[in-house]
Amino acid sequence: MSAPAPRLALVGIRRQYGPVIALDAASLTVQRGEVHALLGENGAGKSTMMKIVFGLEQPDAGTIHIDGDSAHIRSPRHAMRQGISMVQQHFALVDALTVAENVALGGTARLDLDATRAHIRELSAASGLPIDPDARVRDLTIGAQQRLEIIKALSRDTTILILDEPTAVLAPQEARELLTWMRRFATNGGTVILVAHKLREVLSVADRITVLRKGRTVFTGHARDTTESSLADAMLGGPDMSSADARVIGATRAHSRQAVHSSSSAKTRDVLVLTGVGVDDAQGVQRLRDVNVTVRAGEIIGVAAVEGAGQQELLRVMAGRTTPTRGTATLPSDVGFAPEDRHRDAIVLDATITENVALKGAGRRHGIMPWSALRDAARTLMRLRDVRAGDAQAAVRTLSGGNQQKLVLGRELSGSPEALVVESPTRGLDIRATADVHAALRAARDQGTAVIVYSSDLDEVLALADRVIVVAEGHVREVAADRDTVGRAMLAPADR
Amino acid sequence: MMRIARMVLDPLLAGILSLLMLAALLVVSGYPVAESLTALWRGAFGSWSVIASGTLVRATPLLFAGLAIAVAFRAGILNIGAEGQLLIGAAAATAVAMIMPTSLGLAGALLVLLAGGLAGGAWAAVAALLRVRFGVLEVISTIMLNVIALNITGLLVRGPLQEPTRIFPQSALIDQALRLPRLIPGTRLHLGVALAVCCALGLAWFLRYTAPGFRLRMTGSNAAAAASAGGIDVRRVMFSAFVMSGALAGLGGAVEVTGVTYALYENLSPGYGYTAIAVALLARLNPASAIGAAVVFGSLEAGASAMQRDAQVPAGLVGVVEACVILMLLASEWIGAKVQGMRSLNRGGTPHDQVLEASSSPA
Repeated sequence: MSAPAPRLALVGIRRQYGPVIALDAASLTVQRGEVHALLGENGAGKSTMMKIVFGLEQPDAGTIHIDGDSAHIRSPRHAMRQGISMVQQHFALVDALTVAENVALGGTARLDLDATRAHIRELSAASGLPIDPDARVRDLTIGAQQRLEIIKALSRDTTILILDEPTAVLAPQEARELLTWMRRFATNGGTVILVAHKLREVLSVADRITVLRKGRTVFTGHARDTTESSLADAMLGGPDMSSADARVIGATRAHSRQAVHSSSSAKTRDVLVLTGVGVDDAQGVQRLRDVNVTVRAGEIIGVAAVEGAGQQELLRVMAGRTTPTRGTATLPSDVGFAPEDRHRDAIVLDATITENVALKGAGRRHGIMPWSALRDAARTLMRLRDVRAGDAQAAVRTLSGGNQQKLVLGRELSGSPEALVVESPTRGLDIRATADVHAALRAARDQGTAVIVYSSDLDEVLALADRVIVVAEGHVREVAADRDTVGRAMLAPADR
Repeated sequence: MMRIARMVLDPLLAGILSLLMLAALLVVSGYPVAESLTALWRGAFGSWSVIASGTLVRATPLLFAGLAIAVAFRAGILNIGAEGQLLIGAAAATAVAMIMPTSLGLAGALLVLLAGGLAGGAWAAVAALLRVRFGVLEVISTIMLNVIALNITGLLVRGPLQEPTRIFPQSALIDQALRLPRLIPGTRLHLGVALAVCCALGLAWFLRYTAPGFRLRMTGSNAAAAASAGGIDVRRVMFSAFVMSGALAGLGGAVEVTGVTYALYENLSPGYGYTAIAVALLARLNPASAIGAAVVFGSLEAGASAMQRDAQVPAGLVGVVEACVILMLLASEWIGAKVQGMRSLNRGGTPHDQVLEASSSPA
């Protein structure tokens, strides 16, 4: 054999959690100098496979080879010694420390911050990832935090870099920069394993692609030989499902147009009106300036913005969770709210599904909790919203991300609120769950709910929205719903 | 089923572990093991009268304070101040008992208990206000308040509440009519024991079945989600839970003076408020389970006195064992949380702390 041994090879990997088989005879072969995308629905086994590569989990069966030699990756530390690093979706950074201190934290040598700072500058220059070694992590944008995670990995001489959904948290511009960087890293001999959901993105950057379905490797091949629809076929399986995903984005838009006409009678009523709204943060910095927005019944307003432009504050004002510093917000009495950080702001992980459903309106409840009625309501909601779980008494912690989100949306839509505010509704969700969530938002709109959607994924905003508003540096304005106009408006602050 | 089994098994396991540790300590310190442990057993469970007068009576303040800790912890408040709240409750009950007309009978006794509960709640309200208004960590403020409460008690029994002869640092005896009646004649088993059990069951019901109890649990599990998704005024819930916690501890103090000591002493509590933390943790913050957990520690305390008397083993040795049990419980809680964290990792939860953990553990 003249071909060099693959940089990393997983063969016949099996991993079982109790009765659940996460991986079964799964394989992955990654060559040196390539960007290798790993695709699959949520629960297909991508995360488990990456945890095995990073030493967080041990396989029950199967072998791992690094450069042709059989390897046993005992722990993350052990993985890092072999040049493998992983940047997870939730960053492992200490907010209170500086960039340099965070990099030094993972090291084994004696602490020498001056040397670390110099090293970071070197790495930053060499890799083209700009970062200030003396900045505090809590002052960094999400994109900069991600750069720091990558720099951290590079500082440990990483040659195999695992990126788990890296663009999910990024603004389009930042995402593009990251993809370009990945390409360059691979060209220079590095190896990237990219766990991703966005097919277009994967096709734009990956050399080769492996698709997992239900714990098995169902496809592996060159990116140039695949299309969005063939990948979707592989991910979803079954011919009847094959084109479902390709339709998700495309069909979506036709759908929106239709609905605009069908519900025009209900659209005349103003549900949510912001007049001259301004919000200052705790430091007195103006996050929102003189915002005037009107949302009518039966429409979906898409909110587009780059990270930290003020959209968080805008959504919270609209959801009635933040009181504006200036101006007036006229809101309906019941506004549903599905915030971006579900685990922190929307659900109680250790509580049951019933308890999480009962949480809505818990602040106003009196007397005895009608648990049996609430249990029935939870079961109905689970059936209606296709929330898959053992039963209503299961802890929400045991649900997949997609089911957790469907639960949150179902709860927030129960009682048919006049308005619904959702923030990054499909972050971390697979294609199928994403389609379900989109369908739920449209159904709510068609029933006359005023829906406000923010997503960092501009395509998602455009797919869902009847009208688009853009937040840039605290200013809000409505723009035409086409990609180019919205993209430009996001980067340029409103006319001053 | 599992829950019921744990409610019995956990305390049993803790009891057995404590005995093994005590045996080891006895060997190391050169005391006769068999003789000492026999004395301990006789003092705790030797006869029905010992169980009633010793173990259960000792368990009662532990149960009240344990419930106080449990309800606070369930609301996400680390109230370490049960000791001080118990003392203030005892002091207030004694003070009220001194001026309460004896003609009221049992109603008078209940008013005295009420005074104790209110005072304990008010004492906790100081720390609660500091926490909710100014963000002062309750772990620190309650420990400080414990010291203040202990010194106030000392001051009272040497000043305004001192017995008439002004010789001993203690209050006068509480009038017969205001003492808690005995449940079984010839034993020290008093009405307060039953009251404690009622409080435990009532609190379990409150947390499980009422709207305020639900708010309290949700606030403790995830205050951000409780506020955002539930529209719950979490600061108010935390304040109320804190005061409720203090009231339970204060009630425990009032029961102790009206049911057992009949007078206020400076060292009324041999650290009930601290042992109660172990009671609450052993019960996994479940009020009904706290009954069994309180009996385990009550039996250790009762047995320790007997061991000191019959085998000349210092009772402090049992204190060492109790402290070890607390450490083991904290360790097992920590392990439990870790296991749960790993599970959430598998389901795509928030894995960053686990990763930190894993990558910072020594190779």
